[in-house]
Amino acid sequence: MQLVLEKRAERSGTIALVSPLIAVGLTIATMVILFAILGKNPLLALHAYFIAPLTDGYSLQEIAVKATPLVMIAIGLSLCYLAKAWNIGAEGQFLIGAVAGSWIAVRTQGTDAGAWVLPAMLILAAAAGALYALIPAICKVRFGASEILTSLMLVYVADLFLDYLVRGPWRDPHGFNFPTTAEFDPVATVPLLIEGGRLHLGSIIALLVVAAAAILLGRTIKGFEIRVVGAAPRAARFGGFKADRLVILTFAISGALAGLAGIIEVAGPIGHLQPGISPGYGFTAIIVAFLGRLNPLGILVAGLFLALTFIGGEQAQIAMKIPLDVTKVFQGILLFYVLACDSLILYRFKLVFPNRQVTRGAG
Amino acid sequence: MQAHLRMLDSTPDGLNSGKSPLLRTIGLTKRYGDFLANDCIDIDIRPGEIHAVLGENGAGKSTLVKAIYGLVQPSAGEIHWQGQPIVLSGPADARKRGIGMVFQHFSLFDNLTVAENVALGLDGKESFKDISARLAQVSKTYGLPLDPRREVWQLSVGERQRIEIVRALMQDPKFLILDEPTAVLTPQEADQLFIVLERLKAEGRAILYISHKLDEVKRLCDTATILRGGRKVETCNPRRETAASLARMMVGGEIREVNAASSRKTTVPRLVVNDLSLEPGEAHGVRLDHISFELRGGEILGIAGVAGNGQDELFAALSGERLSKHPDTVVIEGIAAGRLSITQRRRLGAAFVPEERLGHGTAPRMKLSENALLTGHAASGMVRRGFINSAAALKTVDLATETFDVRKAKRDPEAASLSGGNLQKFIVGREILRNPAVLVVSQPTWGVDAGAAAVIRQALLDLAAAGAAVLVTSQDLDELAEIADRIAVMFHGRLSAPLAASEATREKLGLLMGGSSLEPQEAVHAVGA
Repeated sequence: MQLVLEKRAERSGTIALVSPLIAVGLTIATMVILFAILGKNPLLALHAYFIAPLTDGYSLQEIAVKATPLVMIAIGLSLCYLAKAWNIGAEGQFLIGAVAGSWIAVRTQGTDAGAWVLPAMLILAAAAGALYALIPAICKVRFGASEILTSLMLVYVADLFLDYLVRGPWRDPHGFNFPTTAEFDPVATVPLLIEGGRLHLGSIIALLVVAAAAILLGRTIKGFEIRVVGAAPRAARFGGFKADRLVILTFAISGALAGLAGIIEVAGPIGHLQPGISPGYGFTAIIVAFLGRLNPLGILVAGLFLALTFIGGEQAQIAMKIPLDVTKVFQGILLFYVLACDSLILYRFKLVFPNRQVTRGAG
Repeated sequence: MQAHLRMLDSTPDGLNSGKSPLLRTIGLTKRYGDFLANDCIDIDIRPGEIHAVLGENGAGKSTLVKAIYGLVQPSAGEIHWQGQPIVLSGPADARKRGIGMVFQHFSLFDNLTVAENVALGLDGKESFKDISARLAQVSKTYGLPLDPRREVWQLSVGERQRIEIVRALMQDPKFLILDEPTAVLTPQEADQLFIVLERLKAEGRAILYISHKLDEVKRLCDTATILRGGRKVETCNPRRETAASLARMMVGGEIREVNAASSRKTTVPRLVVNDLSLEPGEAHGVRLDHISFELRGGEILGIAGVAGNGQDELFAALSGERLSKHPDTVVIEGIAAGRLSITQRRRLGAAFVPEERLGHGTAPRMKLSENALLTGHAASGMVRRGFINSAAALKTVDLATETFDVRKAKRDPEAASLSGGNLQKFIVGREILRNPAVLVVSQPTWGVDAGAAAVIRQALLDLAAAGAAVLVTSQDLDELAEIADRIAVMFHGRLSAPLAASEATREKLGLLMGGSSLEPQEAVHAVGA
């Protein structure tokens, strides 16, 4: 008896929906083993991770707040990945957006600048994120440089640039030498949706982005173009679509969304610019994009789920002294399983029983 | 293990040969998922016999020989070699036992020399010098001239095939499989090949000859096994059959005759190519060399030629996948289109059907409606202000299905799930339904079953009769003879002057396909050389 992978005649729609769930199930099973090895009660740990955060209002809001940047970035990344353009540098585009938007906040600090400040910050952040993403895109199109490497390396450039700014020119003079800007003025802050709560306007923007992406991909010729270029490049060229232009476009959109997410995070929940504004949103969003099957609605669900692991990880740390890094292990394992389960969409397992054994002529 | 194998091989030929089969399959079955590629096939091949396996594309010929050559493991059934049941662990095992194979698609490295390619393909530990010497000797013995030091990319397709044959012969096989060997040859090259095969037969070797060309089989083969839909239909002596009776066995019914509308009137020039030259887009591609022709409405121009002589490059230049330097090298409907994109050319009324169905003509994993959109977005009601009208795309699918009898499992399946013939009918239908003024189509019936081929050819004739200009590139001379008004030949990136179909004999076309000229002074030159 033998287990073989067999190609399906047509991709399975059911499995396409079910495969992320299988991946989540396998990840949880693996985590149970991991918790047991760490000497923690797996059931309690799972409760702390996945149930506890859902039981109080504050945590629920916090999940939405964490999901906001994840979903916005992942939507942009999904456009790139559908076109088979591999933007790995969303983290850097996120940071550059945060820096560019903060520039307006810092310059208008303490002046009587009006309501234009926040919209200007959002626009500038999106533009800066897009331009930053265009660097690897243009290097790929013009010189054939691998966008995976260049976009990833630019993450560290952005990270150190932000670090320099908040330790140097933009440091709050009254900040006791902490590497941070002063708190942004109210006109430079993303408004809250519930007074005294955590939920802010950014979550609404994220929902609008999801809706726009769903329309783009499902209803417009541009969205079709993105999908064809990724799925069958030669057929796309035959259809009259130019792959190079699409690399530029998807990188620009993805950079703009990451930059927008960056400034919303800084001008929203954080309130000022400082190092460590992102717990790796730009990288986690890669997992969100694939877990959501590069589908806008799927990404919304996946973003909420990954946000849950962030919050759950904090709760588990407080309640059970489980190291916060376990959250990253969880996310990494999840990505592995998601990619592995994807092969089930085009292939299926089959048990094969050996046919009548023909023995070699023994003479 | 080694000793065991050798013992098998050392079975004296004289005892088993004569009338008893060299190779025999009993109930050979190969299953891919739910699909039975081979269903209980029994076949006997005797020494000194050329045995044809005849069948349409998809009849199971390739699967059968892959099983015999150890490339696929049969799901059930047995293979007997020299009277003993065997299980082949792979092609190397098959070669060791004396089974050789020449594939339809060559596995050669373009940048290496002939001798290097041969050396790479041999299993033993012979030194490179010995291999070169033996190569020269084998190629001389069998009249297969080859220069061992030339790099493969400089060679013609016929010469490349010679490398594969010589490489197989250097293993001294008792049994040689040839998969559609003449598909890439000119008629004259094919004649040379037949002489070599007759000689191998005279030496007592057995040959399994896969083909769908009936005249060849009747001329060359002693026995023919006909496959249809994975099953063996019959084993017969092809010389006692007529081409029509063989075709009936292959297809399982009479083939619809194509009625050529003999009285088509030509109208205005719709596609004009003026002195088109284009450097190859990739290494070892073919340079298009001063190509000119004029194609009028109501006319079908056929372009014959051995594959790889610039047909792909010409298609790319006509479709706009590659742009020319000057706008007026390609003129569509009176408008200089050499610098226009494929979308703009479609808007001028041109339509294109490339050779490769999956991956070029369609996106394999996308639905038919999306594949209708792939070319339809340029000029149709499928897109309005950037938004897709999916109902219109689906309507194209339904219309193509109805008009061209596309058989599929559901209304809007993925392109890859259709059989070759049905997908080709869909692609041709998709383009014809746009009512093009100019249709450029490459290998319209390549790998398509006879029924679908007839439908497609008829559609091309009807389109021309309705006033469109049709350019057909094909390697199938019978097809061109059937539908084209004029036939030109491509060789090394150049296009010959078109011949009227009535004057384009196989002989003339064959000469042009081999690079000879029809001019008398060339013949004198050849004598002097």
